[in-house]
Amino acid sequence: MSRVTVPKTYKLYIGGKFPRSESGRTYEVTTQAGEFVANAALASRKDARDAVVAARAAVTGWAGATAYNRGQVIYRIAELLEGRRAQFVDEISRTEGVTTAAASAQVDAAIDVWVWYAGWADKYAQIAGNGNPVSGPYFNLSVPEPTGVVAAIAPQARVGTSLLGLAAVVAPIIVSGNTVVVVPNTGAPLSAISLAEVLATSDVPGGVINVLTGSPAEMAPWLASHADVNALDLAGAGDIDWVELQLSAAETLKRVLAPVAGVPAPALERITAFTETKTVWHTKSML
Amino acid sequence: MSFLEYAPAPESTAILNLKSEYGLFLDGEFVDGSGEVFDTISPATEEVIARIAQADASDVDRAVAAARRAYERTWSRMSGSDRGKYLFRIARLVQERSRELAVAESLDNGKPIRETRDVDVPLVAAWFFYYAGWADKLEYAGAGPNPRSLGVAAQVVPWNFPLLMLAWKIAPALAAGNTVVIKPAETTSLTAMLFAEILQQAELPAGVVNIVTGPGATGQALVTHDDVNKVAFTGSTGVGRMIARQVAGTNKKLTLELGGKAANIVFDDAAIDQAVEGIVNGIFFNQGHVCCAGSRLLVQENIHDEVVDKLKYRLSTLRLGDPLDKNTDIGAINSAAQLERIRTLSDTGESEGAERWQLDCTIPEKGFWFRPTIFTRVSAAHTIAREEIFGPVLSVLTFRTPDEAIAKANNTPYGLSAGIWTEKASRMLAVADRLRAGVVWANTFNKFDPASPFGGYKESGYGREGGRQGLAAYLESAGWEAPAAIMASAASATTTAAGGRKKTTKKAVAK
Amino acid sequence: MTIDHPVALAPAERAVRLLGGDLTEKALALHLDGLAGVDAVGLEQRAAGLATRSIKTSSKAWALDTIIRTCDLTTLEGADTPGKVRSLVAKAVTPDATDPTTPRVAAVCVYGDMVPYAVEALGSAHGDPDAGLVSVAAVATAFPSGRASLEIKLADTRDAVASGADEIDMVIDRGAFLSGRYGMVFDQIVAVKEACRRADGTYAHLKVILETGELVTYDNVKRASWLSILAGADFIKTSTGKVSPAATLPVTLLMLEVIRDWHRLTGEKVGMKPAGGIRSSKDAVRYLVTVAETVGEEWLTPHLWRFGASSLVNDVLLQRQKLRTGHYSGPDYVTVD
Repeated sequence: MSRVTVPKTYKLYIGGKFPRSESGRTYEVTTQAGEFVANAALASRKDARDAVVAARAAVTGWAGATAYNRGQVIYRIAELLEGRRAQFVDEISRTEGVTTAAASAQVDAAIDVWVWYAGWADKYAQIAGNGNPVSGPYFNLSVPEPTGVVAAIAPQARVGTSLLGLAAVVAPIIVSGNTVVVVPNTGAPLSAISLAEVLATSDVPGGVINVLTGSPAEMAPWLASHADVNALDLAGAGDIDWVELQLSAAETLKRVLAPVAGVPAPALERITAFTETKTVWHTKSML
Repeated sequence: MSFLEYAPAPESTAILNLKSEYGLFLDGEFVDGSGEVFDTISPATEEVIARIAQADASDVDRAVAAARRAYERTWSRMSGSDRGKYLFRIARLVQERSRELAVAESLDNGKPIRETRDVDVPLVAAWFFYYAGWADKLEYAGAGPNPRSLGVAAQVVPWNFPLLMLAWKIAPALAAGNTVVIKPAETTSLTAMLFAEILQQAELPAGVVNIVTGPGATGQALVTHDDVNKVAFTGSTGVGRMIARQVAGTNKKLTLELGGKAANIVFDDAAIDQAVEGIVNGIFFNQGHVCCAGSRLLVQENIHDEVVDKLKYRLSTLRLGDPLDKNTDIGAINSAAQLERIRTLSDTGESEGAERWQLDCTIPEKGFWFRPTIFTRVSAAHTIAREEIFGPVLSVLTFRTPDEAIAKANNTPYGLSAGIWTEKASRMLAVADRLRAGVVWANTFNKFDPASPFGGYKESGYGREGGRQGLAAYLESAGWEAPAAIMASAASATTTAAGGRKKTTKKAVAK
Repeated sequence: MTIDHPVALAPAERAVRLLGGDLTEKALALHLDGLAGVDAVGLEQRAAGLATRSIKTSSKAWALDTIIRTCDLTTLEGADTPGKVRSLVAKAVTPDATDPTTPRVAAVCVYGDMVPYAVEALGSAHGDPDAGLVSVAAVATAFPSGRASLEIKLADTRDAVASGADEIDMVIDRGAFLSGRYGMVFDQIVAVKEACRRADGTYAHLKVILETGELVTYDNVKRASWLSILAGADFIKTSTGKVSPAATLPVTLLMLEVIRDWHRLTGEKVGMKPAGGIRSSKDAVRYLVTVAETVGEEWLTPHLWRFGASSLVNDVLLQRQKLRTGHYSGPDYVTVD
């Protein structure tokens, strides 16, 4: 006689906590064949608002952590993913409808993406920053800094992106010290929430990564127009009206990264896209 | 007459050989514009200096077409070292004609000859010289091993540093291999026209730089033109926002250098006399027509009175008047419209309860002038502490602790620049870390250098001008290899249950 | 030095007023070390900015006369003789024989043993420069090094005053200053000032030479300026002229800023004398601009401002002749002294 299993309730992840949507809404997550898998929370604009508040509150601590520390915290995500690989393979293969081998390959890739970006934490500033030989008695240094709160739409392709796409979008945003509000893959959101559970037990401070399952088309306009959001990663927004999002973002001159097909390849540029170059001058004299 | 009322020491205008009328600079030649010719006046005397052609949409079309032709046939095919040589030539020609350019700029803009001679024009030459050297070294610029130029750059520059802003735009664009259509500000086209003559002397290939003069509508026609690949704008945040909207959804690369409301933070351990100089230079340089001006003085409460006293004493030696007089510190406000804005905002400051102090000095009868002004008893809620005045008006606020100073400094939608004055290097670095501003000057202010990136956070815009970072605005990166193992796993991850279907993960929908 | 055993200092009037009655070295050191620092780059840039002032026509004419009127015409050589001093005095009294409108210099500045010859040569022209007469300034206190016992320095000073010197240019003990013995420097200035006292109870004016080229940093110059003023200096002076760098515009600006701050604090006016290295009119005019824009042009009188220079006057005379005649003059048309 088979045991009756205990299915998980999938909720949102905001400020290190797992609330249901304030709207009380959920939506059905199904297999490719349409069979019910789970209910996911359908986040609302108010959840988005709360997530931005949580993300903003987390900026100072996260950006202020040492780069070495951020690197270790992000590497720890990879470690924990590796330890819970079976769960992720299961969720991916059920929701994406892919083979165990393909799901496993995606987990591998996601883990490797986290590791790749973890290593950049204490290096990107050395590549993107520099001393400047100005004509005068000045110490002059340019360093990249996190831009602040970034809202992101994770890749939405039904296959091959649910965990990997999230990593490929979120990791480069947070590695420099930004915090993120991310809308994960709508059709296959389970691994994103399971990742949030990993995050909650890892060393990532609450509010650094906030996960809002639901509809990009519904939430993105609120995030794009939110005055306390500094930048927008439209990686997975190719199928919604992203031009309208850019127009909204222009109101507060947000930095915007345009949509890409599939999963963005790991690249230093995805880190620097969400940084600001700060140049500090100081007088220099022996007298 | 007292000694301090130094006898007039006017710079001679004999060096100028101005034409009475200037056309557009298209495809290497001066041509008539299709719009109505307009006057450019001296803001110090309101006298007409020259008449300037106005480009309409059809002229902009011609200019972009010329730039496109030059891009495809000449400039993008030329070796980096040859492009560099043209830029070096331009740098040298600017040096050779520096006095002439300085006089023309002071005449047309109203800024003191001391500044055009010692700051604007030397920096123009330096900017071209700096970027000239980059032209054949682009693979070291950080944009990947095979950086590519973008194509035709549409550039719109403001009236506060007409020639310098032109140089900031043109030098990196050309070094990176782009061609340019640039629009000077309506009130300050003159030095761009002299610059066009320099381009002719440099024998820069026709069409590589095209200059279209006219009002805002000309600029709008330019930035919205379908055949430009890059838009670079320096000016107000309002117009920048409009351009960001106009560019949304296109594949034009955009950089914006917009407004500011910089905090200049003076701690009680500062070198006070130098801090006072820095405050003066921060807000009264170029009549305060500076986007990065230190318009909010944040002074530690325990030294407020001393600093304000010293500041007023120091201001009493500032000389306002003829921009061409070599002893003038404060020149003319650039236009009647700008003067009106400064007046309105200053009146608001007073009506909202701030205390106004103005330099007691003689104002010339003709022209646009505004006395150097200090507002004390300003709080963060006052309009003059929030809005960019873009004039010689300083708002003084106080703070008690470093945290409070930082909180007040960052309490603005802008984030272009900031100043810190302290003799304590540790505190300076910690405060600099927490200021949300693209340029932080510690124990100095308003310093510019072609090697030093300049640009803002938040609503002060995005992208940097100057340095290696300034080149990135005109390059498309290419050639970085993505980590192979990750890409292989990612490719396997797209194998479905049905098996076999793969899709690319790299192709961009839009750039 | 501890608080328990404070080293008492001579009760110089200004210092007592500012720092309190029980004047100690500790109190003085705390005060000097608590002064706001100086940012060298900012200071030098301000000086460079002042140097760009363009002084033309009527302003230039006034400036040239002011340079002469506030000049301490100086000879400080081992080879000085009574004859050399008489020649210097002749130049001081009649800088340009071809132009009787040329003002006299403020003073001649000589070694102490040359004072009697200077006084004798000046005769009726000897007196207050504000009255168009010429003073005699003597360097003293084991000038230029200052390396002698206090007794020798005081004797040196008394001798010069007794010989008729109106002004004493003393040097501070830079060694003591650099090793932090501010009290010693202070007490010596107070003592020298007392040695400037004449039999009738009046005092020769005391100029305190900091020798800024040996103090090196601007922070040191600022502290030494402040210390000298507290100890009773009538003038503070940059240099002996025997150490390079001597007077520079930034150092002079800094010292003037101290003088300005002292004036704002107390209402008292202290004089300033840059010395050494100022050879051209153009350079000297920059100093006048710096005075006018830092402490105010009321400082541009012999009582509050001097140039210590030997060759400057002739360059000024050439410029004066150019202004008067409209053509350039040459060195054969001014006298060697």
